[in-house]
This record gives sequence, C-alpha cells and structure tokens, in this order.
Amino acid sequence: MFGIVASIVDGVLVGSVYGLAAMGLTLIWGVMDVINLTHGAMIVAGMFGLYLLTSALGLPAYAAIPPLLAGGFVVGVLLYWVAVHRMIGRPPLMSLLSTFAVNLVLIGLGTAVWGTVLFNVAVTVPGVSWQRYTFPGAHILAAGLTAVIAGLLYLFLYRTRLGKAVRAVAGNREAAELVGIPTTRVLSLAFGLGVALASVSGTLIATLFPFTVLSGDAYQLKSFVVTVLGGLGNPTGALLGGVALGLIEGLVTPFMPVSWTLVIEFALFVVVLIAFPGGIFALRRL
Amino acid sequence: MKYLGLVLAAALLAATPALAADDTLTIGFTVSQTGALNVDSVAQQRGAELWRDEVNAAGGIKVGDRHYNVRYVSYDDQSQGGRVQQLYTRLIVQDKAQFLFSPYSSGLVATAAVITEQYGKIMLITGGAEPKTYELGNKYLFQAITSADHYLTGAVEALKANNPHAQVALLYSDDPFSKAVAIATRVQAGEAGFKLVLDESYAPTTTDFSAIINKIISSNADALLGGGHYPDGATLARQLYDQKANLKWVTILVAPDSPEFMTLGPAAVGISVPSQWEPQAAYKPEFGPTGAAFAKAFKEKFAVDADYHAASGYTGGALLQHAIEQAGSIDPEKVAAVLNAMDVTTFFGHVKFATDAKHHGLQIAHEMVLAQWQMKDGKLVKEVIWPKTARTADALIPSH
Amino acid sequence: MLRRPFFWIIALVIAVFALAPVFAGDVELRESLLLATIYITLASNLNLMLGYAGYVNFGSIVFFGLGGYICVFLMSAHGWPLAAATLAAGVAVSLLALLFGLGILRLRGAFFALSTIGVNEAVKAFVSNFEPWGGASGLYLSTELFEPLGGAMQALWIIYFLLVAVMGLSLYLSYAIKTSKFGLGLLAIGQNEDAAAVLGVPTPRYKAFAYSASAFLPALAGGLYFFKSAFIQPADAFDLALSTEAIAIVMLGGQGTITGAAVGAYFYEELRGWLLTSETFSHFQLVVAGALLLVIVLFFPGGLMGWIYGRWPRLRQVLE
Repeated sequence: MFGIVASIVDGVLVGSVYGLAAMGLTLIWGVMDVINLTHGAMIVAGMFGLYLLTSALGLPAYAAIPPLLAGGFVVGVLLYWVAVHRMIGRPPLMSLLSTFAVNLVLIGLGTAVWGTVLFNVAVTVPGVSWQRYTFPGAHILAAGLTAVIAGLLYLFLYRTRLGKAVRAVAGNREAAELVGIPTTRVLSLAFGLGVALASVSGTLIATLFPFTVLSGDAYQLKSFVVTVLGGLGNPTGALLGGVALGLIEGLVTPFMPVSWTLVIEFALFVVVLIAFPGGIFALRRL
Repeated sequence: MKYLGLVLAAALLAATPALAADDTLTIGFTVSQTGALNVDSVAQQRGAELWRDEVNAAGGIKVGDRHYNVRYVSYDDQSQGGRVQQLYTRLIVQDKAQFLFSPYSSGLVATAAVITEQYGKIMLITGGAEPKTYELGNKYLFQAITSADHYLTGAVEALKANNPHAQVALLYSDDPFSKAVAIATRVQAGEAGFKLVLDESYAPTTTDFSAIINKIISSNADALLGGGHYPDGATLARQLYDQKANLKWVTILVAPDSPEFMTLGPAAVGISVPSQWEPQAAYKPEFGPTGAAFAKAFKEKFAVDADYHAASGYTGGALLQHAIEQAGSIDPEKVAAVLNAMDVTTFFGHVKFATDAKHHGLQIAHEMVLAQWQMKDGKLVKEVIWPKTARTADALIPSH
Repeated sequence: MLRRPFFWIIALVIAVFALAPVFAGDVELRESLLLATIYITLASNLNLMLGYAGYVNFGSIVFFGLGGYICVFLMSAHGWPLAAATLAAGVAVSLLALLFGLGILRLRGAFFALSTIGVNEAVKAFVSNFEPWGGASGLYLSTELFEPLGGAMQALWIIYFLLVAVMGLSLYLSYAIKTSKFGLGLLAIGQNEDAAAVLGVPTPRYKAFAYSASAFLPALAGGLYFFKSAFIQPADAFDLALSTEAIAIVMLGGQGTITGAAVGAYFYEELRGWLLTSETFSHFQLVVAGALLLVIVLFFPGGLMGWIYGRWPRLRQVLE
C-alpha cells in the first residue's frame, strides 16, 4: 500500500519536470506552429551546462540555474534566427526539417567533443523518508523549482505587456501585426523562452539522473507524449500533462512488469491523439 | 680496426633482417566509438591494441620462418547493429582482413557472426557472451570469454554462502546479453533454494529507476542481482544509494567493473560485479604476460586501469597468435583446427572451446570471479570476493 | 505509359543496379548498393504519403520492421519458404497499416506526424515484450535456412536481386500512382485537403489506400533484409532514426518527385557510408549530414529536383 503511494508521489515529482520540458515545446508550437526538433538537444545543453558550471567553476548545482536559464534564452533566440525565421509561414514540414537538421549538427558536435560517456552531477540534498521509502531530496527540490519557474512563466504571459503580445501573436499573427506588435521580435522571444524552458528542465533532470549526449532523445519523446496529453499550445496543460504522465508511470510500475510502462505510455499517446486531439486538459489556449 | 668494424657492421646488418617482419597480417573489427556501448568497447579495443604493439615490437607473429606484422583495420559501428554487417563485409572483401575480432556486445556480435560465417573467416569473440549465437551452426566462431549463462553463477553461490535465506530480486536490462544471463540465473537461483521476490526487466534506455526501486523495497528483497551494460548499471547503483534501498547484497552486471564506476563515490561501496578477469587473479600463463605484467603495461600505455574488457581484448589477440604459431599457417582451416583442440591457461584464465556442432565455439573452461568495491584506507578499491580460492577480501555488506 | 521516357529511365536504373556488381565482380559494391536499394525503397514509398498527400509519416520504419519480424518469424518458427514468408509479411503489414490508418488518418498535420511516432514506439515497446518474437533478444535464423537458396554466398546474390526488384516496383508504383486519377486526388489533398474534399475527392478512402500502399513494399524489403541479416531485434527493426533519414532524403531530393527520392536516397546513403568509414570525418558524420540538410531546407526547399527543374525546365516533362 505504502509502496503504491510512494511510487505515485515520486512519479508526480519527476513528472512535473517532464512537464516543464514539454512547456517549452508546446509554447513554441502554440505561438508559431513550429515543432522544435532541437528540443532534445536543448535539454542536453542544459544538462551539460550544469556539468560544466559545477565542475569547471565549482558552482553549487542549484546556483547554476539562473545563468543557464538566461543562456538557454540566448541560444534559443540565436536558433530562431538561424533555422526558424525563414520557415515561418511555410509548411510546418520545413521548420520540422530545419530544426531536425540543427539537432543533427548539435548532437554530432556533442558526440565528437564528449563521446557518449555517462556524466553525473553529484547533488546531495537530504531526502525525506516515509515508512521504508525515501523521496530523494533532489526530486523534491526539482519539483519545487519547476513550480517556481512555471509560476514565473505564468506571471510573464498574463501580467506583462510583452507576455500579452506573445499571446496575441499566438492567437492570430496577422492581426497582431496589424495592431503594431513587432511580430518577428516577439516570435524570436517566444522561441528563446521555449528553449530556455527546455534547457532548464535539462538542468533539473541532470540533478536527478546521469546523462549522456544522447539522453535528449528519450526526453524529447516524453515531451511529445506530454504535449499531446496537455493539448498543443497549452503550457498549463503541458505541466499538468507531465504530472499525469508521472502519475501513470508511478501507478503502472507496482502492478505490472516495468518493461510494459513504455508500451502503455505510447499506446495512451496514440489513443489520446485520436480521441482527444485537443488534449485531455483542454483548458483555454494561450 | 676499421676493417673489423666494417665487418662487424655488415654482419649485424645481415643478421637484423631475420628480426624484421616480412609480411602483414590484417585483422578487422568494429568498435563502438560512439553510442551507448562506447565505454566498454573502447576498453576492449585498447586491450587489443596493447597486444598488437607488443607482438609487433617482438617481431611479429612467427609462422614457420616468416614473420607477420599485425595490422588492424577498424570502423565505428555506432553501437548499432545496422552498420555492423556492411562494415564486416567491407573488412573482409575490401580491406582483405584475414581474421576478425568481434564488436562489443552480444547483439552486435550476432550480426557480425553471420557475415564472418558466410565468408568462412575466423572470428575471435571477446565481447559477446550470449550463448545463442553459437547454437546456430557455425565453424569459425571462437568465444574467449565466459558465456552469459555463467555470469551470475558465482554470485548465487557467494550469496548462498553468505545468506542462504535471502529474498532475491532479479532486475535486468531488456537486451540479448542481460536476458541470457537472467534466464540462466533464474534456474540457478531456484536450484540454490532462493525465492525470487521480484523478476523483471527494464528498457535499456531507462534513466529513472525510482519507481522500480520502490517496487524492490516493497518486495522486501535483501539481495539484488542484475543490471545490463554501463549506463543503466551505473545509474541503478547511484539511485539505489539515493533512495536508501537497504539491500544487503547487490550484484550488478558489467558496469561496476569499469574504472569509471569509481566516480559514483560512496554509492559504489559494496556493489559486486561478475568479472571475466581481475588484476589480482593469479593464473599461471602458459604463454603471454602475467596478469600483473599486463595490468602494468596497460596502465603505462593508456593511463587508466585495465578492466576485464581490456583483458579480453588482449587475450583475443594472444590466443589467435598462439593458434597461428602452432598451426604454422594462416589458413583458416588449419588455424581453426588448432583452436578447436586448444586447452590452455593464459593470464586471463583457462580457455577451451566447445567443438560439437550444436555449440561450436562456446567457451567451456573459463570462469568468472566476483569482485566488489570496498573502502580501503579511505580509497575505493576492487577486491575479489569469490571463488574462495581466488579471494583477496571478505564480502562486505553494503550500507545500502 | 510504355511510351513515356521516364518508364524506360526507371528500367535503366534497375538494370544498372542489377548488372553493375555482377560485371564488376565486386561484392563490396553489391553490399553498398543493397543499402541504397533499401533507402530508395523506403524513400519512394514514403513519398506517397509525404510528397503527394503532404502527410508526414515519422514512423514509416514500422512497416519495414514489422515486415522483417513477420517474415523471420514465419521462416524460423514455422518453416515457411522465403517467397511465401515475405509475401505474407507484405500483405499482413498492409492490412495492419489500413487498420492503424483508419484511426490516425483522421488527424491532420503535426498531430498525424506525432501519432506515427507513437505507433512506431508503441509497436517497438510491444515487440520488446512479446516473447514468441524473442522479446528484446530478438530472433535468430539458423544458417541452414540459406540452403534452399543454394548456400550462403548464392543466397546473398539472390536477396540482392530481389531487393533490386522491390526497389524497381517502388519506383514504378510511385510513377503509376502519380500519373493516375488516384495520384491526382492525393496531390490535391496535399495542396488543400478541404478544397479537395469539397470538389469530390474521396479523401478518407484515398488517404487510407495511400497509407496502406506505402506499407507493402517496405514490408517486403524488411522481410528480405532481415532474412539476409539472419538476426532481428526491436532496436534495429524499429529504428526511428532511419525513418527520419527517409524524410530527409525525400526533402533533399525534392518532395513529390520520383527521381528526387531515388537520387537523394542513393547519394545520402553513399555520403553517410563514406563519412562513416573516413578517417577524418567519422566523428563528424552527423554534423555533416545535418549541415547539408540545413542548407537544403533553408536555401533549396525544392530539393535537388527543384533546383534542376529551375535550371532546365524541359526536364520536368521527362524526369518525374
């Protein structure tokens, strides 16, 4: 009994971080109809960023988060101008491919530099014990920071003028253009935000699990599943979707052989896509 | 005096050609330079390179009165089976490799074996433990390492000596090698009277073991056997520690043997690993270096400690050399005949190949040891804890 | 159709593929051309959904993998001969595709693309757990199965010729569809699906048929390829990277064009193979492949054929 509860709680904690990753993906999607296939590479960038800052500069792990958020944003804006800007308005396939191409380049460079060795960032945070189970402190802290970052994003989108502009462009780009919003700048900002979210989620994941240059793929797939669960273009939905995914993983494991988790996840993914194309948490869009 | 000097010089010049190699022997293989199998595959390659350098420095392989310089041709298989067949075909057809070493990991070895058999070339397998590959009817495969079904035999015996009433959790990666180990371990654990309170596999790409570990805790297991390759094994060990799983016995496949594993710090203490070879193993070699000499030479050349992958890589070369020299020829049939009859001990241990058609090439003499990470004077070291004859320390009960 | 020059161009390509390794007596050439035929088959069939109807199938590799599994399973567990097993695999996978298609073809654009990934990953995860098909360890074929074909060496040649035939069929299929009313309907769907529907194109039926048709030949290719490899496991059979490469190839060659898919596949395969074995570049193969793709997408969105048609407009009549 306690095992099941422990499993669910832990699943929700980790799932929220997956949700954070998906928020980046869904934000970009919602604002500019672009599926960012560098998402996985950006998650990895956040992971390696943490590794470099902690090992080279000796920063404590969590102190590295603000600079990595900022760094992710800058990289995102750069990426926008390199690969995405020319693709706006073109069929979504083109942006898919351009971001895919950039992903190949980034992962290729990463592999050439770091190989595919496992990296680990040692994070010691006292865990919380309950019955015979321990919730690793890092999990709790990661979930907490996710909530903070998600909250900040919400504040930005709904309480600032710039955030309002982002939502306007997401709603109807031409109309936004007509009322004088500098859409290109807003698009690059939104892309930067999306990438920042992806990379900070990578940073948080790096405090939980070891990683390699190739780890991004698995998390990118999870982000797709979460995005679909939450509804494309819906950041709140994405966060809830992540929690839901974590919940499902936590619920399934005590009862089934663990190797079936993936089957259930992807089967659910396809079913939700077909039956609830707006996502299960189809709250109002951005 | 000058005249004498000239004569001496001429005599010396006349003598040295006997030491120089007349021919080249090409050996081909693929390495996982990129991909998840990178750590262990490169270790295996380094072992093989050490052998090549030593053999060439000594004048090459002696075949009758000819000397063959060893030359390697290798490619990156990216840890994926997809390219292996094309690359091995290229090695044989284009690069004219006369002998082959295996890639690393059972899945890749199985695909490579198809090609080497199709072309009738001998392949020394130092990185593929799964027995199924040898049951499909082959003539030129030779497995130098203990096969997968014996990997956890020692661990089960050691556990029985330590705690015969342990509740055992079996958790393994869903890949050909680990599954083969699990299938055999189930049987061996049952025969030893153990109850398996958990028996599951996980996807090889798993990075989050927290839910599984909770399940282990719920199952009241006191011993854990299993794992897969380096990435998942290392992660599992770290998370067991983070979640205070309180297991009294943890044996994980492959990962803990690598010197990389030390980076886990306190999470590594008490983890045991079935090993094909440890530097402390004191086998008396009939040919080739001793274990200590090998370990020293490896450390000098590569600045890292040798693990069993490196040792097996070296041994593949050493066995091939011995077979060629005994056969007096590089003809695959003659060399295969010698390998089939071989029954030798090297620093790596006792080696003998199965010769019946149903299991040809399977390793039947080599034995694993069980090694464990322990703290000694504040430093992490690997001790051999089983079998009793090879033991260098007693088993330690891990604190997690 | 026999009077159109492109028909004979395809025939020429097939002849070259079939005869070149034989005359050169070069086994290595055969191996690398074999991989090229696989890529061309995958790309051409993907073109039916992607190039004509504009539906991005990210998980097209699932047809290849399932075809391989069904063929290998029938041969190893039930002793079926190669021809029967391969054909059965093709038919079974097409039917499965029809079934899946009914579900996911209601989705548009990005949703459809994602669902195809979901299908591939779900099938991969399922097969990894499915013991009768070997689970994660996969299925092995004993070398005796090469005997009915005359031994291993000869079997390799036979498989090669069969794969060339499958590639040829793929090219002809693409061509036949393109020049038919069905193809016209698909192209209309690709331009504007709603308008096409309004104008009387039976869109659901056409999409389902295209999806199912695009599954048949890759399944055959999968059956043959994995028979040759004598070993199949989920990680190799359902490798998402391969179908993403197929998409890249179709785009590189020029989506919707048959020559583009074929030429793009050939050059991409050669490039990757060369990069993989070259001393300097083997660490950078992904980088080079990605950079190339980026340049094409940013500056030559019509792909190779788009550029060629631009320079020599007359070729548009001849090279489809």
